[in-house]
Amino acid sequence: MNYGSINNNGFKTVNQNLKIIHPLWLRLGHWINLVALVIMVLSGWRIYNASPILAFRFPDMATLGGWLGGALLWHFAAMWLVLCNGLMYLLLNIATGRFRKKLFPLRLRDLLRDFAAALKGRLAHDTLAEYNAVQKLAYLFVIADIILLVLSGLVVWKPVQFPLLRELMGDYDNARMIHFLAMAALLAFVAIHVAMVALVPRTLIMMIRGR
Amino acid sequence: MKKPEFDKSILIQEALRELPSPARRLFMKRGVTLGGLSLLSGCTVTDEASAERMLMKISRLNDDFQAWLFDPNKLAPTYPESMITRPFPFNAYYERGKIPEIDSDDYLLEVSGLVADKHSWSLDELYRLPQTSQVTRHICVEGWSAIGKWGGVTFATFLKRIGADLSAKYVGFKCADDYYTSIDMPTALHAQTLLTFSYDGKILPPEYGYPMKLRMPTKLGFKNPKHIVAMFVTNTYPGGYWEDKGYNWFSGV
Repeated sequence: MNYGSINNNGFKTVNQNLKIIHPLWLRLGHWINLVALVIMVLSGWRIYNASPILAFRFPDMATLGGWLGGALLWHFAAMWLVLCNGLMYLLLNIATGRFRKKLFPLRLRDLLRDFAAALKGRLAHDTLAEYNAVQKLAYLFVIADIILLVLSGLVVWKPVQFPLLRELMGDYDNARMIHFLAMAALLAFVAIHVAMVALVPRTLIMMIRGR
Repeated sequence: MKKPEFDKSILIQEALRELPSPARRLFMKRGVTLGGLSLLSGCTVTDEASAERMLMKISRLNDDFQAWLFDPNKLAPTYPESMITRPFPFNAYYERGKIPEIDSDDYLLEVSGLVADKHSWSLDELYRLPQTSQVTRHICVEGWSAIGKWGGVTFATFLKRIGADLSAKYVGFKCADDYYTSIDMPTALHAQTLLTFSYDGKILPPEYGYPMKLRMPTKLGFKNPKHIVAMFVTNTYPGGYWEDKGYNWFSGV
């Protein structure tokens, strides 16, 4: 598969009956991101275990890498996947105007209305092609969170080479904490995200077939 | 994603069969991927060796990337003495009881490889070199960090004094505790890379590497050799104690 053919029969092509809602590049990016982030989180837990910053450890069985050295190898390999895939995702979203169409505008009034509806279990999702305000916020949040993960990770990895970022994060030890909390926030998003997919299973089909 | 079905007990049996192979390095015996990868991908353990090879290849590429990223003019932050971590942690691949005891009278630092002056250095000679000190953050590969104050001679000064080939690729170190490691020349020449003989104003105590430690605030802690007894300048990759087990070689911060 290559990105060239995707543009030909994926994104712009509208089938008579079924309109593609998630273009192929987006679906590919989504699943690559899943694999990359699973590797990052599980190896990250093992790295955390070598010197925990909070009063608990992750069960070794639930981690990736076998030991600290192995976990670091995984972490510093998969980071390239997260970075390249993430940049591709941002670039294509901006270039195709998808961000503007899908995630904006995000109005406080809509947010309050949709949030209240969600709590009552009456959130409308008759058209899956459009996101409600809570969804928009959740997706914008997770994009920002992954960017924060990458930036705080850069400081933990290279505090001397990135002095400006280091100062922004409040020095090395603080960057470690931010990196950890951003990971926790990512997991919180994933929990809600997966729960929502379970409630509306057609969204899973859509992220595979595109429609 | 579909989860392939597999029998865990078969996996473990396969793992046990794989492990005792003498050809496998210790790092492989520790199992970079054991458990995690298999559970993740449903691959069998026989794929582990190739996964490890791939990861090591990426680690070598990460060495190159870090060498490219390393800015010889960028200084690590320094801190006021009030921020020194007390007590500064002891850390080695062995327990405190195994700290080598070195007799200062017999001690000589061997110098070899691509250097003009190969004479061995006594401690008195080394102490007479121009001394400086700095308070910097030591960052361990495990993630913890601690601030300490080290004093000694700028390593670049020492390298020039011994007529080292400054265009060579590596400087390697052998230590009294059988530890060994190596660094790239640009880091060796960094302004904050010191060959240190003191800690916090006192002669370097045994637990921090008596009689000398190469202190680099631009590298992770394990790259900073203690109890150095020999050093050499070379173009042949010398590896290192932890590096040969799978830690990234460059490990710059």
